[in-house]
This record gives sequence, C-alpha cells and structure tokens, in this order.
Amino acid sequence: MHIVVCMKQVPDSAQIRVHPVTNTIMRQGVPTIINPYDLFAIEEALRIRQQFGGEVTILTMGPPSAEDSLRKALSFGADRAVLLTDRFFAGADTLATTYALATAIRKIGKEFGPPDIVFTGKQTIDGDTAQVGPGVAKRLGLIQLTYVSHIDKVDLDAGTIDVERRSEGGVQKLRSKMPCLISILEGVNEIRIGSLTDALKAARATIIKWSAQDAGVEDIAKCGLRGSPTIVKRVFAPKPRAEKAEFIELGDKPGDAFVEELFKRRPKLEAELEQLTRGY
Amino acid sequence: MSDTAKAPAPAGRAAAKKELPEHLKAYKHVWIFIEQERGQVHPVSWELMGAGRILADKLGVDLAAVVVGARGEATQAVVRESFNYGADLAYLVADDILANYRNESYTKALTDLVNAYQPEILLLGATNLGRDLAGSVATTLLTGLTADCTELDVDAEGSLAATRPTFGGSLLCTIFTLNYRPQMATVRPRVMPMPDRVERPLGRVVEHPLGMVEDDIVTKVLSFLPDRDSTKSNLAFADVVVAGGLGLGSPENFQLIRQLAAAIGAEFGCSRPLVQKGWVSSDRQIGQTGKTIRPKLYIAAGISGAIQHRVGVEGADYIVAINTDKNAPIFDFAHVGIVTDAVRLLPALTEAFSKRLSPHQRDRLAS
Repeated sequence: MHIVVCMKQVPDSAQIRVHPVTNTIMRQGVPTIINPYDLFAIEEALRIRQQFGGEVTILTMGPPSAEDSLRKALSFGADRAVLLTDRFFAGADTLATTYALATAIRKIGKEFGPPDIVFTGKQTIDGDTAQVGPGVAKRLGLIQLTYVSHIDKVDLDAGTIDVERRSEGGVQKLRSKMPCLISILEGVNEIRIGSLTDALKAARATIIKWSAQDAGVEDIAKCGLRGSPTIVKRVFAPKPRAEKAEFIELGDKPGDAFVEELFKRRPKLEAELEQLTRGY
Repeated sequence: MSDTAKAPAPAGRAAAKKELPEHLKAYKHVWIFIEQERGQVHPVSWELMGAGRILADKLGVDLAAVVVGARGEATQAVVRESFNYGADLAYLVADDILANYRNESYTKALTDLVNAYQPEILLLGATNLGRDLAGSVATTLLTGLTADCTELDVDAEGSLAATRPTFGGSLLCTIFTLNYRPQMATVRPRVMPMPDRVERPLGRVVEHPLGMVEDDIVTKVLSFLPDRDSTKSNLAFADVVVAGGLGLGSPENFQLIRQLAAAIGAEFGCSRPLVQKGWVSSDRQIGQTGKTIRPKLYIAAGISGAIQHRVGVEGADYIVAINTDKNAPIFDFAHVGIVTDAVRLLPALTEAFSKRLSPHQRDRLAS
C-alpha cells in the first residue's frame, strides 16, 4: 500500500502583509505550522499503513522553508517527504496548484510506486477554498471522496474502499475503488506523538527536493501566477461602517436597563422574543 | 490527465488584462446550480438566484437555473420552483442514476451542460456538495474558480468581481477570471439575502441527456443516514443568536451564553478561537469558516470582531456587542455597544429577560 499525503505549510498568524505591486501575500517573517486540517490526513494515512503495511509519502509545494513542516511530518512516522519548490510555482491559484501537485504525484508514482490513496485535509486555514483536493483528483483521474468522516473498510484484494462521507443533511455510506483521493474531515482522529526513533530519523532524513523540471513539469506556463486563470486585483481591509456602534451606559441595574433600552430601540423585538420563549 | 483544454488562453501574464480569446466570447448568461438532495433544495440555491438576478440584469443577459437529479415529479417540482425564484430559463439533466449525489455523474452532467450551452458565469453554493462539484468542474474546464465569496458584482467591462475574505479572514480580496469561461464562484449559505418568491408560470426548459450509465460510475451509494433533527444546530436560520468569544475567559463561562440563549429563545454560537481551543464544538462557530447568520437580533459577548467573524454576522438586523475594550473592531459594525465585562453582565441580562418575558410562561402553565 502506498499512500501520498498532500500537506501545506501555512502562516500561524493573522499578521499578514500584502505586496503593494503584485497584490500577493508576503509570507516572510511569519511563523509557520502544518495546516491543522492536514494533521488528520497524516494520522489517517499512518493508521492505514499500520493496518495494511506499505509506505506513506508526504508531499508539499512551497518555499524552501517548508522543509521544517516536512520534517515535522516525518517525525510522526511518515516514510519520505517530497518538497516541490521552484520560483515558477509562486503565486499559483487553485488550478495552477493542482497542476503542479498532480505532476509531482505522477512522478512519485514512477519513483516509489503508484499511490493507492492520496489524502488531503478538508481545506487550508489560509486559503480556505477546499478546492485543491478535488482538482488534483480530477487531473489524475482518481475517484474523489471528500469530507470523509470514517474509513469503514479497505479490501485490498477487491481494490475497494468503504467510507462515510459527510453530506449536507446526513452521512453517505459509499463503496468506491482505489486508487482514490480522500479529503478527511477534521476531528476524526488525533495526530500521534511520534516515537523517539521517528524523531531522530526525521532530523537526519533527506528531504527530496524537486524543481518544476525535476517533477516532470512539461509546461511551465501552467504553473504559478502564469498558470492561474484567476487574478487577485485588489486586497484590502474592509471599510469601517460610517457610523460606529452607539455606546449605552447601563447604570447600577444593568440587566433591566439593557432590556428597557433594547425594546425602546427595537419595539418589535419584544413580541418576537415572547413568541420564541413561549415554547420553553 | 484531463488536459482537454481547447485553445489555450493568451500566453504570459495575460490573466492580468482582459483579452478574452475569440472562442470564449460566445459564453453568455448567468447560471445558478440548484443544489438538491433527496428532493430538498438547499436554500443557498435560491439565495444565489437572488444574487444572480442582479448580475444578469447588470449584464443584460438571462438568468438560468441548472437542475440535476432523478427523473420524476420531485425534480420537475424543483424546475418549476426555480421560475418562482426568478429564472428566465432552466437547464435540466434528469436521469435515475442522478438520484444520489456522486461526484462522477454530477461532474459529467454539469460539465457537459457548460460545454453545450456556454454560460459566462456559473455560481454554486459553498456547501460540501457544491465545493466537491465546483472543484471538479472547474478543473475539467480549466477555468478559474473563486471559493466562498461574500460579494459578487460585475465591473465596467462586464467581468465578474468576486470578493472573498482571505488569510483566515484578516483581509478581503477581489478576484477576477478575465480570460477563461465560465467565471465560476461559490458562495456560502446565508451570505446572500433570500429573494422573494413570486408565483410565475413555467418558462423554457432545456433538457440535456446525461450520456452515462450506472456501470460507468465507480462509486456506489450503500446507504444514507440522515442527521437526526435533535443533533442539528439551527444556528444559520435562527431569529435570535447569542454568541461568546475569548473575552469570556474560561470554558466554564460559556454556560452564561447558553443560559442567556435559553432565556430569550435564541440559538447560541461562538467565535473561531473557542472552537480552536476546544471549548465549543465546530457546528457552533460563527464566521467565514463557520456559519453565516442573519438573525433579527445578535448579541456578541466578549468577541473582538475580526473580519473572519464580521463577514458571518453582517446580515444581522441588529447587533449588540459587549466588550471590555472600547476600541474592539466589533464596535465598528455593531449597532449598540456596551463597554463592560461580559462575564458580569450576562447573568444580569439573563435574569432581566426572564423576568420580562416570563409572564407568558406562567399563563401557559396556568392554562
């Protein structure tokens, strides 16, 4: 069983600055972490390996400093880590990102064996799009299983996988086939504390670093800013509303004073709240 | 790999300037994907019809509803209903293998429709289903997709300007897809107001075949376990919401939020840090990455009001903010502010509201 986990290193801070010319985000100087949603994907991959044997490869695209997060992932017990790093990848939107990642996963398949499962987190905390997983699946022609809350059964002989998938009004129980891409829902497991052996191994491990060319990118125009159909025209802080909140003083009986003030300002609310509380 | 790209878009950093290739100029009209599962339309689809109507009118084009589902009355009813929410026409792919949502079949249905009838704008709800589908469709079509938008507009050149919070909601950005079609975007439930429903006659319905049989689909649905009503929080649709933030100081103090909520018949919620700290479960989170609410009254206690939170509550009719810091950003968009420690004020509010609203309860118990 070969499992690839797509992971992203993200800023651990709201202190984000925007480049005045390109309108892209400046990441320098901000502390970074593994995208918290991806930890569930890493843990799920390690659990499957525990059950069926095989290897777990962690893949990330990012600046050279993303090596730190890859080492962290190795310390949990992953077998190898691949860093896709090249200035051609900079400024990629979701479509360009999926092109680069899909290309790298194909190369990983050639070098280390084709993956049976590709795991991703539900979304990242910086982009929040949840679109890269589906895009990678589509480009690789993998079956796509998103928002998976539980893997019920893996049948290696039949090549099938049964999962529970969160949909809007309930849970779909699905039977599908590997190879597939699974985006794991948050909170379904807890990332392990790596063993001492793994921690030592991670510190010494060689991180595999691929440029666009190394990864087998054929068309550089499909990468990074150039390969992105979307363009960020404006990044801005939201305008404060013209009028700020009206501050009210409540005196020594604040509860009663507040209720008085509220119903004076919004007379209809009293009847509505009465209606709502009648059921209690 | 699905590099089924037709003619490539202009080379270089072309995306920055509008140079729409000739073969994409035929793309016209605004489409809304009507999300339905088991005959139930997700309200976000009607909200999008409202937003789509405004875009279509500005562009002087048609607004079309796209309905994908099983053959039969339930799906037909959805088509009819789409006209009551303002559709000029509807596209329909009806096939029994579309009874349950599956990525493979729905992606084919929607992608084929786009290729056949060429919309310039395609909007979907940013639900689990919508995000699952939108990513696949955009990648198949090799076009731009802007996720979780909070504002949609068209600029002077007729391009879709999609605004969304970025970087965990600390900034907003406006994103364009200038040289690819369709311009795709998803919008979270409750972000756009629900338009009025007006009874209208059935308009033009364009049917398109799915061109797929069950054997073509790898993923099979074994069963569906609907959520029990009792486990669902009704936060997004509540008329009154009380929420707490880090200003509460401890997980124990979150009780004060629940108590006030119970006293006024409200749903309770929280800001993102409380979910990250594990004080409150994630289905109670209000904000960009949580629920968007549009209540008549929103009471925010000990919440500073980061943009991430703000975009989730701006649709509230009336916002009351309680915070010790009079410079907290929440006072920039609340209607009424009280500068005090929420932990001390909340019990007094609970008591005062109970006193004021309880006579009815006595009447009810007496009768």
